[in-house]
Amino acid sequence: MSATTLETVYERLAEAIDATGSEKETLLLAKLALLLAEALGDPDRVVGLIEDAARDLD
Amino acid sequence: MRPEGRGELDSLYFTYPTFDAPERRDHLTDRAAVVIVGGGPVGLTAALTLARCGVPSVLLEAKSTYNDGSRAICIARQSYHIFETLGVVAPFVDKALGWTTGRTFYRGRQILEFEMPDGPHEKYRPMYNLEQQYIEQFLHEAVRANPLIDMRWQSEVTGIGDEDGGVTLQVRDANGTYALPADWVLAADGARSAIRGMRGLRFSGQNYEGRYVIADVRMHHDYPTIRRALFDPACRPGGTVLIHRQPDDIWRIDYQLRDGESAEAATREDAVRASVAGVLSEIGHEGQWELEWWSVYSANTLALDDYRDGRIFFIGDSAHIVPIFGVRGLNNGLADAQNIGWKLARVIKRTAAETLLDSYSPERRGATLDVFANASKSTRFMTPPTRGWQVMRDAALSLALNHPFAGAFANPRQMTPYTYADSPITLADRDGFACGPTPGAVITNARLDDGFLSDRLGPGFTVLAFGALDEEERIATVDPDATIVTLDPQGETARAYDAEAGTVYLVRPDEHVAARWKRATGGDVAAVLAAILSGQGAGQ
Repeated sequence: MSATTLETVYERLAEAIDATGSEKETLLLAKLALLLAEALGDPDRVVGLIEDAARDLD
Repeated sequence: MRPEGRGELDSLYFTYPTFDAPERRDHLTDRAAVVIVGGGPVGLTAALTLARCGVPSVLLEAKSTYNDGSRAICIARQSYHIFETLGVVAPFVDKALGWTTGRTFYRGRQILEFEMPDGPHEKYRPMYNLEQQYIEQFLHEAVRANPLIDMRWQSEVTGIGDEDGGVTLQVRDANGTYALPADWVLAADGARSAIRGMRGLRFSGQNYEGRYVIADVRMHHDYPTIRRALFDPACRPGGTVLIHRQPDDIWRIDYQLRDGESAEAATREDAVRASVAGVLSEIGHEGQWELEWWSVYSANTLALDDYRDGRIFFIGDSAHIVPIFGVRGLNNGLADAQNIGWKLARVIKRTAAETLLDSYSPERRGATLDVFANASKSTRFMTPPTRGWQVMRDAALSLALNHPFAGAFANPRQMTPYTYADSPITLADRDGFACGPTPGAVITNARLDDGFLSDRLGPGFTVLAFGALDEEERIATVDPDATIVTLDPQGETARAYDAEAGTVYLVRPDEHVAARWKRATGGDVAAVLAAILSGQGAGQ
């Protein structure tokens, strides 16, 4: 994936979170995570990426 | 509980008989080979299992009749096989409603339809719905007709003490009290087991937060026998509702209480009526309905650390409490009764060593822990315990509206019988098999001639021999009760069992595979059978 298209994803996510509102944004992101995991078809890799995402949250 | 003005046994569809305490007193204190405490489905099944092996028992029940409500309603396929071996399956086949399909709805829209494994090679359907009173009635009618079983109603155990080589129970009934000596005791006295308490034993495990009301209504409602699960329905936002059809136009409505809702308030008649009306409106039932019975339960996973205490064995709910979602409470209790029944009968008849009994607790406790692992998943889905589980549950349900893959998370994981792979009386595979029931698993049924493979199993151990079996006569020298079934090494069954000429499966009296060989002689089978019956373990 080129930097431009990843940036598009970044922008769409920002817009989607704003459009959804704080009450439902967690649900949105959880659904997206399941959809991406299903599309990727590699549960081990997803589990590793969850650990990556959980780092440096402060 | 029942509506105002009706007694505990005033059912709309079931007439409760009353059974008296024994009048003849002279034989009451005779020593019993086995005393079974508790005359519910599990105790009745244990008595019938022993009697089938020729072992007499005394069966004590504190109440004067069957269970006051429908309670456990789902009977799994393997339980039908247990009933069949006991010669009692016919009334169940006539009365119960078989089913294979479940449907899951999220906010009123169907997100999943699942089929439980079934096919023409199966004699019975994966699941049957039948009210518990009928289960007890059908089993009791067989018990009453059996001269080896002395069932005593209204007989409460008030004390239990060890003695050399046995146990003495103190029994109280309407006509007096007496001491009853026994060689062995099976405690089938339920979740609040008095025997468990008197022995100072305690459950370990977890209590979950979720509490549920189960309510039965009678109504003419046009819907097939399909289990419906409603997540986040309009009638109970955020909650979960289950709906089952039962015989006699009785429908089971099962709904989750809200956090902070007290069980006492939720089980008041007006509250139950309002909740049921909401569910019926949700599923489009506009006709009349009558409230029959209701109760409340919580989704616990609790079990004894050891199902044996000296000469006492705990079977059914006295040994383990499981959440209902896997429908294993009743079904695992029946398997407990069958498991200890065939082993204890052989020990009493001295055709097996006492050490055979050591396999009961690990096998059946293993089955409970397996239910816990699966039920915990189901329970977390039905009743998310924390925000994290809630978010992911809601994400899966929401996605499932348009993405079938996410609907699989809502599959209730209806349980199959447990595989005794680690049991001391299971011989692990030494030969490579591509398929077929693995050591410790229940056999795979198959069409055979005009019937089924299961019809050919004997009352004791069965040797399934594909093609001719050399040294066949060696088996009878170890176990004269064993049955040898010769099967075509080329047929459909052979393919399902990955069998060739010379392949042998050794099947236990409870239809679990004890051992299998790609090629074996009667001598090989006899050696393993001897090791099992002598209590050395199958691998010795």
